[in-house]
Amino acid sequence: MQRLSRVRLERRLTTPWWLSWVIPLLSVALALLVGALIIASQGVNPWQAYRAMFQGAFGSGYGVAETLVKAIPLMLAGLGVSVAFRMKLWNIGAEGQLWMGAWAAAGVGLFLYPAWHLSPWLAILLMMIAAILAGGLWAAIPGVLKGVWQVNEIITSLMLNYVAISWVLYFVDILWRDPGGLGFPNTAPLDKAIWLPKLTWLPLLPKGHRVHAGLLLAVLAAVFLWFLLNRTKWGYEVRVIGENRDAARHAGMPIVRNIIIVMFLSGALAGLAGMAEMAGVAHRLQRGLSPGYGYTAIIVAWLAKLNPFGVLLVAILFGGLLVAGDQIQLTMNLPRSIADILQGLILFFVLGGEVFSRYRLRLR
Amino acid sequence: MTASSPHQPDIAVEMRNIVKRFPGVVANDHVTFIAKSGEIHALLGENGAGKSTLMNVLSGLYAPDEGEIWIYGRHVVFRSPSDAIAAGVGMVHQHFRLVPTLTVVENVILGLDEPRFHLNLTQARAKILELSQQYGLKVDPDAYIWQLSVGEQQRVEIIKALYRGARILILDEPTAVLTPQETVVLFKTLRSMAQEGHTIIFISHKLDEVMSIADRVTVLRQGKVVATVNIEEVTKEKLAEMMVGRPVIFRIEKPRLQPGQEVLRVEDVHARNDKGLPALRGISFVVRSHEIVGIAGVSGNGQTELAEVLYGLRPVEKGHIYLYGKDITQASTREIIREGVAHIPEDRHKEGSLADMSLSENLILKHYRRPPVAQGPLIRWAYVREFARKLIQRFQIMAPGIHTKARLLSGGNLQKLILARELSSEPGLIIAMHPTQGLDVGATEAVRKQLIAERGKGAGVLLISEDLDEVMQLSDRILVIYEGEIMGEVPADRADRNQIGLMMAGQRQS
Amino acid sequence: METAFLITILATAIRAGAPVIYAAVGEIFAERAGILNLGVEGMMLVGAVSGFIAAVQTGNPWVGVLVAMLAGGLLSLIHAFLTITLHADQVVSGLALTIFGIGLSSFLGQNYVGVHGPQFEAIHIPGLSDLPFLGPVLFQHDILVYLTFILIPASAYFIHKTRPGLHLRAVGEDPATADVMGVNVARIRYIYTFVGGVLAGLGGASLSLAYTPGWTEGMSGGRGWIAIALVIFAFWEPWRAMLGAYLFGGVQALQFNLQTIGITIPTYFLNMLPYLFTILVVVFATGERMRRHLGAPAALGLPYIRGER
Repeated sequence: MQRLSRVRLERRLTTPWWLSWVIPLLSVALALLVGALIIASQGVNPWQAYRAMFQGAFGSGYGVAETLVKAIPLMLAGLGVSVAFRMKLWNIGAEGQLWMGAWAAAGVGLFLYPAWHLSPWLAILLMMIAAILAGGLWAAIPGVLKGVWQVNEIITSLMLNYVAISWVLYFVDILWRDPGGLGFPNTAPLDKAIWLPKLTWLPLLPKGHRVHAGLLLAVLAAVFLWFLLNRTKWGYEVRVIGENRDAARHAGMPIVRNIIIVMFLSGALAGLAGMAEMAGVAHRLQRGLSPGYGYTAIIVAWLAKLNPFGVLLVAILFGGLLVAGDQIQLTMNLPRSIADILQGLILFFVLGGEVFSRYRLRLR
Repeated sequence: MTASSPHQPDIAVEMRNIVKRFPGVVANDHVTFIAKSGEIHALLGENGAGKSTLMNVLSGLYAPDEGEIWIYGRHVVFRSPSDAIAAGVGMVHQHFRLVPTLTVVENVILGLDEPRFHLNLTQARAKILELSQQYGLKVDPDAYIWQLSVGEQQRVEIIKALYRGARILILDEPTAVLTPQETVVLFKTLRSMAQEGHTIIFISHKLDEVMSIADRVTVLRQGKVVATVNIEEVTKEKLAEMMVGRPVIFRIEKPRLQPGQEVLRVEDVHARNDKGLPALRGISFVVRSHEIVGIAGVSGNGQTELAEVLYGLRPVEKGHIYLYGKDITQASTREIIREGVAHIPEDRHKEGSLADMSLSENLILKHYRRPPVAQGPLIRWAYVREFARKLIQRFQIMAPGIHTKARLLSGGNLQKLILARELSSEPGLIIAMHPTQGLDVGATEAVRKQLIAERGKGAGVLLISEDLDEVMQLSDRILVIYEGEIMGEVPADRADRNQIGLMMAGQRQS
Repeated sequence: METAFLITILATAIRAGAPVIYAAVGEIFAERAGILNLGVEGMMLVGAVSGFIAAVQTGNPWVGVLVAMLAGGLLSLIHAFLTITLHADQVVSGLALTIFGIGLSSFLGQNYVGVHGPQFEAIHIPGLSDLPFLGPVLFQHDILVYLTFILIPASAYFIHKTRPGLHLRAVGEDPATADVMGVNVARIRYIYTFVGGVLAGLGGASLSLAYTPGWTEGMSGGRGWIAIALVIFAFWEPWRAMLGAYLFGGVQALQFNLQTIGITIPTYFLNMLPYLFTILVVVFATGERMRRHLGAPAALGLPYIRGER
């Protein structure tokens, strides 16, 4: 303590461009170093483990494809989280919004599609709309509570995750359970015609890869968000409200309305992530549909500094981390939770490192 | 160490060659300052001259980058304010250092070693009452700070310093928040403390009060000492010249104008503050074009709420507000902006600017909704850049470029940025709250001239300020607010400080 | 029959409330000092697993409790270092702590799922436990429940009636003033963030060693978040936190016992109850706070840097 108080932080007026690159890279390296200690504690050579992880995630066409598959929900949910964070709305309910989106889309795909004899394209479109509405409205609950009554959105959005998952599992296990499912708790599969199409035309990836049209959806969503935030009046309002709520009030900006809209948009993107995972990968509603994409999305959004294109990039890295986690569990007998620990460590170190781009240290 | 002291017995404070740098500025540049025990020593200088920094060094809040401090002949190094207090140096800051949710006693004993564990306040209470008696510092020890007026809070601050055994008491701009009558009482208290051997260091930029209270005065300019002189040896004009570096004219030229049509009419307006208590209790007045109406008063008497009500930021409970005869009582801020009302907010940083956004993004804060800045739902950034460049030039904002972040601007330039934004839409009514607070002389002059120019162009200006001199200099008419009511109105050319002071303390105009 | 049911509900409420009381009181201390720690869930989980492991290894549940407290405390120091020393964003740092804690607890507990270990047994307090009604409700619990009966009044006394409590309140309300008055802001914030971690760890241990003995992944089931919600409900006062925790416990008790009195609701909906209840409680508390103009500690969530506004 004594020593600490002698180091003083002084706010930098400007940050040199290279620092904003070097510091995060160094931070991630340090996080991996600490992760190495944990791996070593399992009697595994960390160097080999990291190599296996990298190989698994990015070392082969198959690995890259799987990384992209895992990145898709992270991209969409991460974009969702990033809009909310832009306005300093701490929506940590992406997980529940994702589940609600998957649930609504499954309802459309399993029941409306056959009942109304929809064309597959229309059905996919309706599934998307259903997911957007379900995720968006689910997120609008904490949005309205926050906007109108100033209820802390961290708590409410998180609590709704548990509620949403219970709700969806009720359908998976009971109401929509596939009687021919051999006792597995899941719904019947979607009709093949309404699966999100595979992007077979992607170069360099092996035949039969699972990368689906959700990737295009995510890229479109990022472009759309960027445009919205940087080119429109509404985006300007969102950025001003996020930067300084008092100044926004003095400029007559509609804060309550924007809180609700932004929460809806945030949840809608997470809902789309759920739809994409359901209709593009699992092809049915099932337990374990999301291994916590909604939570990882928070890290993704934050590490990307809330930049939409950054979210795409960081999502790929974290998709890789998830694939790598599965990989080392299979080949090196390490627990999957190593990947979760690494996520936390990376966030800690980047968070800690950030101070050095905002402040300079001075000894006295 | 002590051996090398050049100590003379009557010297209480000796600061030698103090240097204190902040990112981008040298706030104190080799300052040497000596205060004798038992004297009232004024530290005079403009805003930004380095007075507060120097005293923050003396009170242990900042560590100097260079230089030495001697207290009663002993060399000291302060690592924290408690070190300074232990050496007998206490400071009453301009923004009071009181925790609003704690009581007076709790604030007074905060940070002390007594009582050890269980909070037994009997002794502390007795000692506070004793000090309060001795120096005429009336205060209720069990009141919560948030319940007290600013004058009472200041008394708590002084008691707090005395309770800790301060023999050297620093007061940073203590009269800024007081009525003229309260100032007289404070000066009496300070006199009696000095006579008992306390050393009083009195920070100010007001020449009149320095002339009336100080024994000696040290003048700072741009971080350097200009001189230390006995008060009998100088005149007010001489001090002003030392402070600013050139001869100063005390009155701003303001042409006589005939007030025009009615711009703003406020009728019997009532509103509540954030705590739900009545803040405005039946306010009525009129602002016409070609006219500056000043609202004087001690802070916390409803000024903030009045500005917010007029700007649509706070609901009106009862009464009406008319703009050009149109009822805007229930109008939203957005509608009020559209009607051509400009607002220079109380807090430049909190309410007036976007610290981490660029100057151009700051400049369109009130214009972004309508063409030419907007085009349908989009913002025309190419136009915005042009617009920003022009404003920066016209209002002489010193900044590297339009992409500079607002946080890098100095206080004066930030205020110019806000003026540029607010005045560029040719407003019919300007609500200006403390428009020159914390600015140096140059910036203050620029802001005042802008307001007078707007008056000339036909705007009505409502000037809300705690700085009575400012209100008296700029206004055509002066209203005095006290506990949410208007105590009276005087034309500026027949204004009498004493009379206004009495109204500020709650006496109705007879 | 009805009294018996009521006794079951109340006794279960008190038992189920205990882990949340520890976590909530810990968070009250941290937030009173101005530090918002959203890592409670992570610290509880790590406390639960490390406490359980230590208890299994030594065969002594008390060792488990100590290890759990230490583990929670150590984790909280990460948050303290990031937010107090490095001025990192408290929300993000707390979230990181929870994510890290979930991963770490599952990693540490990989070989302990389903393992039997020592646990705290209920102690019937002689004399008192025989009282009609009150006996079974209040005096037939394990030691970790009894400790909460002491913790609440002790912390209320500490916060309001002692000198360190005064400094704690001052630091959370107005760190700049506390600093000028010679209170070491950083030290106080470190101490109470650590206290918050220790108590969250203890809350975790009371889960894995007493309330639901054993270790399962994610066994805290959101109690860390519920504790944070209860702090809002409690207006940062220990007594009200106890009230909130017992309400939460009561909801849980109902959740388990509704079937016994013949009310059948799908478990999926019963499982939602505590979370819906928490949302309701926060909404209600926020409304009341607005009406009464009660504030959170004014500096909550803000870094303090001397000389910066």
